Amino acid sequence: MSDHKTMTLTLIVWRQKNANDPGKFETYTAKNITEHHSFLEMLDCVNEDLIHTGKDPIVFDHDCREGICGMCSQVINGAPHGGQDRTTVCQLHMRKFKDGDTIYIEPWRARAFPIVRDLIVDRSALDKITQAGGYTSCHTGGVADGNAILIPKPIADEAMDAAECVGCGACVAGCPNGAAMLYTGAKVSQLALLPQGKAEAAERVTNMTNAMKECGFGNCSNHYECMAACPKGINVKFIARMNREFIKAQFA
Amino acid sequence: MILDGKCPTGPIEQTWDKHRFDLKLVNPANKRKYNVIVVGTGLAGGAAAASLGELGYNVQAFCYQDSPRRAHSIAAQGGINAAKNYPNDGDSIYRLFYDTIKGGDFRAREADVWRLAQVSNNIIDQCVAQGVPFARDYAGYLDNRSFGGAQVSRTFFARGQTGQQLLLGAYSALSRQIKLGTVKMYDRREMLDLVVVDGVARGITVRNLVTGEMESYSADAVCLATGGFVNVFYLSTNAMGCSVTANWKAHKKGAFFANPCYTQIHPTCIPQAGDYQSKLTLMSESLRNDGRVWVPKKKEDCGKHPNDVPEADRDYYLERKYPSFGNLAPRDIASRAAKEQCDDGRGVGPGGRGVYLDFADSIKRLGEDTIRERYGNLFEMYEKITDENGYKRPMRMYPAPHYAMGGLWVDYNLMSNIPGLFVLGEANFSVHGANRLGASALMQGLADGYFVIPYTIGGYLATVKPGQVKTDHAEFKKSVEEVNAEQSKLLGINGKKTVFEFMRELGGLMWENCGMARSKESLEVNLKKIPALREEFWNNVKVTGSGAELNQQLENAGRTADFLEFGELLCRDAHHRNESCGGHFRVEYQDEGEAQRDDVNFCYVGAWEYKGVGKEPELHKEPLKFDNVHLAVRSYK
Repeated sequence: MSDHKTMTLTLIVWRQKNANDPGKFETYTAKNITEHHSFLEMLDCVNEDLIHTGKDPIVFDHDCREGICGMCSQVINGAPHGGQDRTTVCQLHMRKFKDGDTIYIEPWRARAFPIVRDLIVDRSALDKITQAGGYTSCHTGGVADGNAILIPKPIADEAMDAAECVGCGACVAGCPNGAAMLYTGAKVSQLALLPQGKAEAAERVTNMTNAMKECGFGNCSNHYECMAACPKGINVKFIARMNREFIKAQFA
Repeated sequence: MILDGKCPTGPIEQTWDKHRFDLKLVNPANKRKYNVIVVGTGLAGGAAAASLGELGYNVQAFCYQDSPRRAHSIAAQGGINAAKNYPNDGDSIYRLFYDTIKGGDFRAREADVWRLAQVSNNIIDQCVAQGVPFARDYAGYLDNRSFGGAQVSRTFFARGQTGQQLLLGAYSALSRQIKLGTVKMYDRREMLDLVVVDGVARGITVRNLVTGEMESYSADAVCLATGGFVNVFYLSTNAMGCSVTANWKAHKKGAFFANPCYTQIHPTCIPQAGDYQSKLTLMSESLRNDGRVWVPKKKEDCGKHPNDVPEADRDYYLERKYPSFGNLAPRDIASRAAKEQCDDGRGVGPGGRGVYLDFADSIKRLGEDTIRERYGNLFEMYEKITDENGYKRPMRMYPAPHYAMGGLWVDYNLMSNIPGLFVLGEANFSVHGANRLGASALMQGLADGYFVIPYTIGGYLATVKPGQVKTDHAEFKKSVEEVNAEQSKLLGINGKKTVFEFMRELGGLMWENCGMARSKESLEVNLKKIPALREEFWNNVKVTGSGAELNQQLENAGRTADFLEFGELLCRDAHHRNESCGGHFRVEYQDEGEAQRDDVNFCYVGAWEYKGVGKEPELHKEPLKFDNVHLAVRSYK
């Protein structure tokens, strides 16, 4: 379990000073990395070396480092979050790599996500989609008892499957069209499944779909890359459900 | 000074209702004239901003992340307590109140805890209405599980991601208000100063983390919902960005810091694997519903594969020591017991710093599928980090810093000693005493945000004229100049050590000398070493880049500078409190390994007033009175 052999890796990392800088790849060496390092801890080590030599460390988004906040966002060797099944970058561990590997690290790339610096992008477009209708319009206080409306377990479970989305945007980064259909579909479905969300279902799906378009996201053409990239394994069936909800809304 | 929490008096059952009636109201048409700042968008801040916006106040909300949905409340796994008594197992508001007071080792205010227990039921209803998909049974009713320190099942949950679902509920309510224009959201902003004019909180100075610009915002009231400070231990279960900075800046502007020595060390975290490690990962307390904690009885068995240690040679020490609560003993007690076994040389895994959490019995009884359904995501997370399969061999666990019970001092209205400055959620000190029970943090965050501050802030605002101070006031300019000066200083040192190196060193001192066990001597070591480390920091830290850009090193340097001041206060508080209670365990004060309180001399809230860097702070006391739950030795045996 705790053998102490270490790895040396070559990193080819996207560096970009700010939104207006054209950006370019730079090459770095990561030394003394063990299999127990997480991917971000490996980057921490590289950054410590860069700081000691007076160079600007690589800038990347991260926060909880336990796979739930959705902040970390890197394309590793062409795959959002590195391609391990149901895993965010922060939960990816170096035991998945071997000594001598070359690793390409890039930011999310999508029209709706402008690059802020290095590996950080602006994902506020996802917030805008939620603001368009990703809620029930209940007031604080004055609501019914939690058990007043029974929800069958399979329905509650399916709503929870959809609700697990961490809002990282990997689905957009993985999609050839830069679509946010999985993100939006998950929220539309969660609330359409639950009795509490049904009252506003038609208005919600219409407004969120419009917001998606306005923010510059593309459309779904059934590549399913979003599901492959999703660290929570959100199923594309929720895109289908959103489409059904959308069509229903046109006749409402 | 003797502090007054301004708690309502009379029968405890009527205190909150009576107080709500006594509070002054702001006329609906006048509410929009008032500006309110909310810093932090976790459960407390997100719920507060949404609810205040809905009431009609002009709200400005701030977070350091790129979206309000990412606050660290999101990482809470196990659940949220409420006194619904749905399982018909004897729960009541009174029992939740009693358990919380006792769980906090009699160091919290009765009235505040009563209110928390009373509004707990509204929280569940609110979240269900928002579309939070809580676990349900086959009949469609809400499901419950058990948590530590209680003998009833009162914990509501959404798989192992309850915090995420509750936060997304608050985020959705907040998003709705942002769309309606009642809340203006400022993300990627870090609060670096509180602006106080003539003794009243009037606004904040924040750094725009993308452009590096300093920005001023004024308001009629400022709410801090800025979380806890256990990253002072460097390795903790907190997110990387969690810091004491906002609270410390407010403290330096006059807000009292209460009980900083009450820190929670959570018993079940994945043990540290190496020096490069950046954080520790918690595994939900709910696992102790079905997992049994043990270590080998014999030291020579510690190196064996756990499945090769025969049943008779295993010490299920929690079941042995605390038969009536067993594996669900409260956190402080379970953590200390784990340390005790490891100190005795019977720990497992690297460095002997670990105990087993074993699911074999439950899997035999219920089947692997049931265990997977209950905790699947936790087993997955464990395997990703350790490369071990928790279904096949027991998990290894070790305690880690997790939560701060201490925080800024507030009165019953959640207002600090600075008029106009309110403090919500983990950032305040109010309800958990010296130890927080599991599934009570989510409850407190949402209680403060949805059901307390919307009432109590009105009581304050009704007494002040709106819009008296704007950002052109000299105090705002002065604040920006001071913050800029500190940033320039950090960038200009150009020393030899990185920010991480200093933080790791401070964390090491805190964990070693002020962690799960503290003594007069160990604390005195820290009271000497921390100021020396602070001095070295200000002469030898290396921060690259400039202040006029996105600069994560500069952000971390500022947070570390504050931790280097705060760590000393934490140790000073621990040093002065000559007793053991809850998470504060002074080795000199124990009775056969159990914490020994001193109610004659220490039954008070210790609130510290800032007097300058390196200068001795002044201690103010708020005596605690227990009229309903009688002071007693806390026993889980």
